[in-house]
Amino acid sequence: MPPVPVAFDSGGALALETRSLTKRFGRQIAVNAIDLAVPRGSVFGFLGPNGSGKTTSIRMFLGLVEATSGDISVLGERMPDRLRDVLPRVGALVEGPAFYPFLSGEDNLRRLDSADRNASARTRRDRVGSALDRVGLGAAAGKKAGAYSLGMKQRLGIANALLQPRELLVLDEPTNGLDPQGTREVRALVRSFAAEGTTVFVSSHLLAEVEQVCTHAAILSAGALVAQGSLDELRGAGERTLRVRTPDAGTAASVLARLGLEPSLPPTNGDHAEVTARLTGDSIDSAHTDAIVPALVASGVRVRGFRIDEPSLEDRFVALTGEGFDVVR
Amino acid sequence: MSSGESSPTGRLAAGLGLLWSELAVLFRRRRTWAMLAAVALIPILLAVAVRLSSASLDPGEGPPFLDRVTQNGLFVSFTAMVVAIPLFLPLTIGVVAGDTIAGEASHGTLRYLLVAPAGRIRLLLVKFTGAAVFCAAAAVTLVVAGTLIGALLFPVGPVTLLSGDLISVPESFARSALVAAYVAVSLLGLSAIGLFISTLTSVPVGAMAATVVVSVVAQILDVLPQLAWLHPWLFSHHWLGFSGLISQPLDWSTFGENAVLQAGYVLVFFSLAYGRFASKDILS
Repeated sequence: MPPVPVAFDSGGALALETRSLTKRFGRQIAVNAIDLAVPRGSVFGFLGPNGSGKTTSIRMFLGLVEATSGDISVLGERMPDRLRDVLPRVGALVEGPAFYPFLSGEDNLRRLDSADRNASARTRRDRVGSALDRVGLGAAAGKKAGAYSLGMKQRLGIANALLQPRELLVLDEPTNGLDPQGTREVRALVRSFAAEGTTVFVSSHLLAEVEQVCTHAAILSAGALVAQGSLDELRGAGERTLRVRTPDAGTAASVLARLGLEPSLPPTNGDHAEVTARLTGDSIDSAHTDAIVPALVASGVRVRGFRIDEPSLEDRFVALTGEGFDVVR
Repeated sequence: MSSGESSPTGRLAAGLGLLWSELAVLFRRRRTWAMLAAVALIPILLAVAVRLSSASLDPGEGPPFLDRVTQNGLFVSFTAMVVAIPLFLPLTIGVVAGDTIAGEASHGTLRYLLVAPAGRIRLLLVKFTGAAVFCAAAAVTLVVAGTLIGALLFPVGPVTLLSGDLISVPESFARSALVAAYVAVSLLGLSAIGLFISTLTSVPVGAMAATVVVSVVAQILDVLPQLAWLHPWLFSHHWLGFSGLISQPLDWSTFGENAVLQAGYVLVFFSLAYGRFASKDILS
């Protein structure tokens, strides 16, 4: 038991907040003291390789799994104490959709809707119908869920999260199993939820997905939160890369070195060799970078291409987690 | 302030919604109908076998009441009950009760029910009620099928009871209904045990098998004379004790004892199920 309850943001600026949230399974730490702050109205990407603790965290937010220690606040209410009042305002897709294979898509949604005490039986048919229409399953409503394709099940799972007007949508890997067209549709749906003012919390191991729809993101690695903030903040903390394409690679490198950079030479020399150098945020301001090309030209370097790559979220991700999107072993 | 949904009656109606949904799901499954059909088949097979065989039974030969079937078709359902109680009915209860929570867990729907939020104790109550309704459905199916096939294949008339008294046909229907009620109540304890076992696993077949094994073990213990002190406490002890309901005068004592015993089992195992389920991490 935590000795003193931590005071949570009461102004309601955050849709979801955790303090030192930790979950242990036996000796293994699945989630390690994460402090998450999800602003209301944001589309928040919860990024991490498979096995980094995303789903366990989500299960704790929703009261399915009890935290070993730490505090959770969802929509300004403490969880899981206020679960009965909070969950009707939250729509969720947790670790993939799950349905009764012997019931139709429509009957599945009615069944899950009847589990919500606050859901009106009178409006059930209409709400189920409009949720199905919203995800494009209107035509397949009467088909048995067991006969649905993976993509249709995924959409049915999203429809289940839309049975009520929600203030927060928690979507765990919503594009899993979808083809590129389906992925685009889900992205469009997420944007439309956000446009309606719903906070959307999307977990994913696919960086591109997060980069395309999210306003904010947090990066989880082996159970620990390694970064969070707006997408610009996350990118901004990374490094920009300077690329000079030139046949005079050697000269270019020495010019760059004179300017205080640490150039790396390309493995092969040739007409289109590319010299790269990292621009660390503080040491190189824009006036300084403007001086690079004149300096190269003055030294007789034939500059055929000059580019500064903005830091990508992917670089940042790899730098923070020390790995690509592989399963943590 | 009080909208239709937050008023007491509105809340109650919304609370019952999950129960209706549970019953609808239970009785829309082909498996449930297959089991009820198999239950109905027991008196049918029994009656047909008796009708086709020429050999007449000596009184007391075969299962209880079997020797009376040829004289009065209304005895078919009693005989079938005696045949079905030790294994077949517990088997079907095991399937339904063992599936309650573990089945939802294996479908993955448990997490969605709880996130809805169904409420853990409410879900357990609804699940137990569903299993209890199935007990009643199975008992009624057996009695109705037995009465119908008995009336079809054998003469029907005033029934001679075990005590030698004669009762009218309508009264014998009332007695049959009482026997069905007795058997349904008898199976409640096992249903609660199945519910508890179901909260321990996400493998429904395991919970089903374990529940059936428990019922078999209880019946084995019940025939060991060395454990006579234990017998009155076994949930299966009164399973075949409905003869008081087909005697004249009607003897309610076993019915009462059995009901109290089953209520005790329900209380204990529902509490255990709640204790287990209330704080369980749902990882399925």
